[in-house]
Amino acid sequence: MKTSNSEVSVQANAREARVKADRPAETKANNIFQLDGEDIPFRPGQTIMQAATHHGTYIPHLCWHPDFSAHGSCKLCTVKVNGRFGSSCTIAAQPGLDVENRTAELDDKRRTLLQMLFVEGNHFCPSCEKSGNCALQATAYELNMMSPHFDMFYPDRPVDASHPDILLDFNRCIMCALCVAASRDVDGKNIFYMGGRGLLGRRVHISSESGKLADTDFAVTDRAASICPVGVILPKRKGFAVPIGQRTYDLAPISKQVRDTTP
Amino acid sequence: MNALINATLFPPKKLRVATTSLAGCFGCHMSFLDIDERILKLIELIEFDRSPLTDIKHCGPCDLGLIEGGLCNAENVHVLREFRTHCKILVAVGACAINGGLPAQRNHLDLRDVLEEVYQTEPGLSHGGVPNDPELPLPLNKVHPIHEVVKVDYFLPGCPPPADAIWKFLTDLLAGRTPTLGHGLLHYD
Repeated sequence: MKTSNSEVSVQANAREARVKADRPAETKANNIFQLDGEDIPFRPGQTIMQAATHHGTYIPHLCWHPDFSAHGSCKLCTVKVNGRFGSSCTIAAQPGLDVENRTAELDDKRRTLLQMLFVEGNHFCPSCEKSGNCALQATAYELNMMSPHFDMFYPDRPVDASHPDILLDFNRCIMCALCVAASRDVDGKNIFYMGGRGLLGRRVHISSESGKLADTDFAVTDRAASICPVGVILPKRKGFAVPIGQRTYDLAPISKQVRDTTP
Repeated sequence: MNALINATLFPPKKLRVATTSLAGCFGCHMSFLDIDERILKLIELIEFDRSPLTDIKHCGPCDLGLIEGGLCNAENVHVLREFRTHCKILVAVGACAINGGLPAQRNHLDLRDVLEEVYQTEPGLSHGGVPNDPELPLPLNKVHPIHEVVKVDYFLPGCPPPADAIWKFLTDLLAGRTPTLGHGLLHYD
């Protein structure tokens, strides 16, 4: 069990080492919590989501990404921690926590969240180039979402094809704000922001004066160009390079593809 | 011996099934036929009522109704209500029945603009004017999925749902199980 980090003083390290030598089993047990009855080891400072992902255990999520700080907005990763609801992407892992994850109660609520996302936007998978690589779609498959359940909103959201290399289709925006974080934190360009009011208006916007992507210094090599979990930010002239049926989530469900780098 | 006599004299009652395509492309029906030779096994268990396969015009009492396509005109709504009245179990088959699908792409456009562009202003067409025959059902302002109008018991997504998904769904239902598709069969595209 790795416990050292740069902040920990040398003395504390030495003390820890002594404790480790004396009671190795107990020290190990200290950095473990229970997720659906399974032992999940963690490093101090990790969230429940980080520890579970590192362990290869799937907690449904959309706005969380291992490379960025937690946004905590999609609420799909809601788990029950010692009987209380909370977002696993923001709650720190603690020794001995009893976390419920894939229970019928939680998955039912997650499915309802997904259904609300599906009716709020225009999510037409048959005509979407992201189909098969889409986290929203794969999560809906995982949670057995058979219908949108609610009445459709059909919002009017024109696409932005102004950029030479990138197409923006706002119909599919799920407001995860990963492009906002990537453009701000990695690219240093602040091209995207969450804006608009109400269910029909709120989506990602472009921070140029015209509101068009062509009037920014956005480049296809930006981190933000490849971060979108759904089909909003798409590279042009790359359509259907991988055929439907051979794409990421065609090969295995999203819950079986959990890695440290899992978006 | 008794069992044999019973089976001969009183064959198990076949499930009566009606199908229709509303604002759809018949792709779901084609996918249904893609179950290939399994249809011979299926026809021992079911019989068709109103369906494009039988050309029966109106639906009688049925056990199962399969609806392809969403609602884009007044006739679609009448047919859907007829199915709901007569079918014990109603199933939305395919993307269009479930979320409007391709026809719903016109939903953010004004209907009058669409008709005028198609029939009057679009270059290369005959410009015969917007059809106005009383026999033609009037289009709805927006295309709707069927669950917005009637209660739907089951949903079978896909564009179209794969033949294996349709087969799995029907055999589950016929066996009295809750239909489940799982990875590989559950597809929205």
